[in-house]
Amino acid sequence: MSGLNELYQEVILDHNKRPRNFRTIEQASHHAEGHNPLCGDRLSLYVQVAGDRIDDVAFQGSGCAISKASASLMTDAVKGQTVEAAQALFERFHQMVTTPPDQPVENMGKLSVLAGVREFPVRVKCASLCWHTLKAALERKEETTTE
Amino acid sequence: MTTGLGTRGSGLTQPTEPGLGARASGLTGGFDVQRIRADFPILRRQVHGHPLVYLDNAATTQKPQAVLDALTRYYTEQNANVHRGVHLLSEIATQAYDGARSTVRRFFNAASDREIIFTRNATESINLVAQAFARPTLQAGDEVLISAMEHHSNIVPWQLVCAERGAHLRVAPIDDRGELILEEFERRLGDRTRLVAITHMSNALGTVNPVADIIRLAHARGVPVLIDGSQAAYHMPVDVQALGADFYAATGHKLYGPTGIGILYGRAALLEAMPPFLGGGDMIASVTFEKSTWNVLPYKFEAGTPHIEGAIGLGAAIDYIQSVGLEAASAHEQALLTYGTEMLESIPGVRMIGTARRKASILSFVMEDVHPHDIGTIVDREGVAIRTGHHCAQPVMERFGVPATARASLAMYNTRGELDALGAALRKVHEVFG
Repeated sequence: MSGLNELYQEVILDHNKRPRNFRTIEQASHHAEGHNPLCGDRLSLYVQVAGDRIDDVAFQGSGCAISKASASLMTDAVKGQTVEAAQALFERFHQMVTTPPDQPVENMGKLSVLAGVREFPVRVKCASLCWHTLKAALERKEETTTE
Repeated sequence: MTTGLGTRGSGLTQPTEPGLGARASGLTGGFDVQRIRADFPILRRQVHGHPLVYLDNAATTQKPQAVLDALTRYYTEQNANVHRGVHLLSEIATQAYDGARSTVRRFFNAASDREIIFTRNATESINLVAQAFARPTLQAGDEVLISAMEHHSNIVPWQLVCAERGAHLRVAPIDDRGELILEEFERRLGDRTRLVAITHMSNALGTVNPVADIIRLAHARGVPVLIDGSQAAYHMPVDVQALGADFYAATGHKLYGPTGIGILYGRAALLEAMPPFLGGGDMIASVTFEKSTWNVLPYKFEAGTPHIEGAIGLGAAIDYIQSVGLEAASAHEQALLTYGTEMLESIPGVRMIGTARRKASILSFVMEDVHPHDIGTIVDREGVAIRTGHHCAQPVMERFGVPATARASLAMYNTRGELDALGAALRKVHEVFG
């Protein structure tokens, strides 16, 4: 059960039940659809960028607890950041969830709760879908998949 | 020998074997499940510290020792290419390969070995018919009729040929139980319908379709029918002649055989009239740069070195199924299905997806407030292997308004104890998610 407890931590269950920024943004400056063909999960991501700063970010869609919680935590983490900082965060997050489980990872604050997915290789995509979608939105690609 | 149990009215939900109702032990009508389990080495392994509870049979079944032995024997004693050499090994390999074809022919009660084509899988079998039967004959405005419960492999090949030929794909709807609405199906059988392609049994819902009725309705209008038997073939005896099927597609790895070997049954008259699917060695009678002529059936449709080992393994798998008795196995699975359905329905928040009156071996369900993917991960840690997702049947998910389901699917070696283990694992899901 240790791996499971690690995966389904309180923070994750809470963000799954009460996802933050779970809404649309009318006339968002950036938008992308994320899709995980493995499980059929779909995620719509809306980003409002003013200058080089992410003023607002929100998401909608259906997915498992991991993908929903990850998206919720991500929106909290990147709101108010510069585009450049958000992209750097993507790189660090990607690094964290793809590091083998027996190796140490950097502390990413709240986002660290998702390091538990490393024990569950097929679930890494669930945690990264929102980040790939954010990257696609910021690069003005309308669609992305985890494949 | 096979009987017409696959036809309508055989009553899969009705006891057909004495002792079907005996649920107290692993014994069902003299069916000794523990003896069967001993034949499957993989069932002895542990997963995450628990005994493996394998309930993902609709994806692929496990293999009995007899199949593993046949594969080893082929490579240690018989390996050579088929239909070529004059040397002894080539003769033995050819006999084994074509012998497996005869085994498959008897299993499906086809009239002749010429009507059994080996492919890679059921998907390739369907694509063969799409490309070599539908594509040359479809005209703009013609129609191919399928059902709303098809696997992607019985949707996409038709979309491809229809788009190319300017034909239309029509879809017969299903009801809230997951049953085909036969009147709606009949309504869509029109003057322009050139082919019906429909599943014998739904992989996502477990529904068993009244394929004999479907074929009768289609034939009354002169429309040929392809049946996708991927799921049905290992759960119930299938007699392609009694059904009147024009094409019947199945796959070896769900018949307790190896992956990479598929089956296409086709009526000889239709196969004779069709052009080849793939070109190459073995499928020709003669080749010049000006013109080539085609080999006789079934070889016309088997270009290149075939999956010899796969066919031999499949033959061994079918021999194994026959030694157990498919009807006895089917009765055992049916009793488990009833038990599993009741067990799942007793768990708070569980809703079954697919409640057809005639169904087999599939327990598809959703749990309130928990995504199937999370269910799959949690029960896996308890050693229970189930499938979660859309099961390559996205239109079915859409029909039921769910993004995905969790699916436990049964085979002859499963037990009530394993379903209890699934139940216990699902209570763990409740624990985690509160």
